[in-house]
Amino acid sequence: MTSSPLATYQPDQRALALIGGEATDANLRRYLHGIPGIDAVGLEARAADLGTRSIKTSSKRWAIDTIIGLIDLTTLEGADTPGKVRSLVAKALIPDPKDPGCPRVAAVCVYGDMVGDAVTALGSAHAAGGTDGVNVAAVATAFPSGRASLSVKLADVRDAVTAGADEIDMVIDRGAFLAGRFGQVYDEIVAVKEACRRADGTLAHLKVILETGELNTYDNVRRASWLAILAGGDFIKTSTGKVAPAATLPVTLSMLEVVRDWHRLTGVRIGVKPAGGIRTSKDAIKYLVTVAETVGEEWLTPHLFRFGASSLLNDVLLQRQKMTTGHYSGPDYVTID
Amino acid sequence: MNRLAIPKTYKLYIGGKFPRSESGRVYEVLSHQGDFLANAAKGSRKDARDAVVAARSALSGWASATAYNRGQVLYRIAELLEGRRAQFVDEIENSEGVTTAVANAQVDEAIDRWVWYAGWADKYVQVAGNANPVAGPFFNLSVPEPTGVVAIIAPQGNESLLGLVSAIAPALVAGNTVVVVANENAPLSAISLGEVLATSDVPGGVVNIVTGSPAEIAPWLASHADVNALDLVGAGDLDWVELQISAAETLKRVLPPESGADAAAPALSRILAFTELKTVWHTKAIL
Repeated sequence: MTSSPLATYQPDQRALALIGGEATDANLRRYLHGIPGIDAVGLEARAADLGTRSIKTSSKRWAIDTIIGLIDLTTLEGADTPGKVRSLVAKALIPDPKDPGCPRVAAVCVYGDMVGDAVTALGSAHAAGGTDGVNVAAVATAFPSGRASLSVKLADVRDAVTAGADEIDMVIDRGAFLAGRFGQVYDEIVAVKEACRRADGTLAHLKVILETGELNTYDNVRRASWLAILAGGDFIKTSTGKVAPAATLPVTLSMLEVVRDWHRLTGVRIGVKPAGGIRTSKDAIKYLVTVAETVGEEWLTPHLFRFGASSLLNDVLLQRQKMTTGHYSGPDYVTID
Repeated sequence: MNRLAIPKTYKLYIGGKFPRSESGRVYEVLSHQGDFLANAAKGSRKDARDAVVAARSALSGWASATAYNRGQVLYRIAELLEGRRAQFVDEIENSEGVTTAVANAQVDEAIDRWVWYAGWADKYVQVAGNANPVAGPFFNLSVPEPTGVVAIIAPQGNESLLGLVSAIAPALVAGNTVVVVANENAPLSAISLGEVLATSDVPGGVVNIVTGSPAEIAPWLASHADVNALDLVGAGDLDWVELQISAAETLKRVLPPESGADAAAPALSRILAFTELKTVWHTKAIL
């Protein structure tokens, strides 16, 4: 399948070839509404089935370390301070001080104005887009509502990139999407991607937050996923974490299916990031199973799959301590966030 | 016409709910004569883990309730026990093979013990606390506070209801929350007590009752890092020295096993066993 001529196109040309013309509302609507609908009952049954796998001890040990390495350790509060960001970074670097063998998380995720503090706190451990160390992700584009003018959103992105953010988590304009103004959503993503360009010409990684809790239907989630990928997003992310419901297994499964189809069509691998509402290692393991069964185990790397979470890490650490020591651990043995 | 008997399946009592064992296991509870009485859930280590989580989350609310309020809530349990005494008498008669008079006497004793401990809730601090004399213009006050989550191996002997009440009531007085492994051979009155607790004013999670094998569950509770104290009153037949050793790994308070007719006899010392003395200094202001 990957030998399709689409694989040879430049990314921007590829989208236009698929849509069959310029990215106008009409062309996008024709394309997105032409995608087959989702069997909601079947999707939920499949997700529930994937959640019932029995995970044996040795696999669980692997899964727990993998989960830690896939976490975007997040603090997105109005009350965030430089000190809070420093302690978050300390935890990202050494999640379990009692066990030096504990892997680091993939990235820390903060508001744009906290990027400088996070970069300073990371120091030489800043991966800067690489794999050796911890990356800095910044939410931008008037997160979490996305209700600001395009120029404000782009300035928000440029600020974060200039401050040293390696990854930008943007929100789409859900209002425009639900009103059918697909062209506007598309153009915004393209503009934000361009704003991710650093002085040396390289691009910060772009994660596109669909905020699935506000999209109402699985069909909308599928269309928004296609739209975000067509427009050039490197990652599609479920939620801001500020709206309930946040990430659910069926929603993530439907997004993974889009990613799988895109890979078959073009040979390009897009990342997925469920965020919000994943609090226990049991839940997180269900996501690992879903990823492995839908797109394949090669997606279980920080470049292609992330958990956006804050409290998940503590639960995973408790499980890890239980496996290491042989007895149950308690919240007194992990940090208070 | 013969009527088909409907035996009850007894479940666990965790976090104010009555879940089945996570393991799906049940075991048959037999009468004193060896006849089938009921199925009870055979709790696993994961049920004990869930119970500890429930007890931990209930702790702050129960410990910060006023002593007066805790006393009222405990007294209310005695009231409800009185109202359902027929069920308890029946279960005790069947599972312990005693006469109605003996069963009645045990229920009486259990209710009286609740009332006795309930009365201590707003009094034990006055007895155990102190205003210490110090050489300076300060108040120096020592006040007992609850230890935290207490895991209890209930007495495994004959008096199943009385043994359970004698073990959990003193821990509750000071504001601790409890995970108790019930009498293995006679667990019915324990779960019935759970039904009483669920309809009383005790917040969910303050008392959690796990039925099953103490030998299987006790080591997990003894080593659990989120359990603060361990009452081995009914662990005489287990390898309780090992349990003490693993409890020491996380600095738990431990009460040793007791046996005989006056095991877990009501005493202020049982309340104080699960308290920590906090001493504060405060300047003497001009009032």
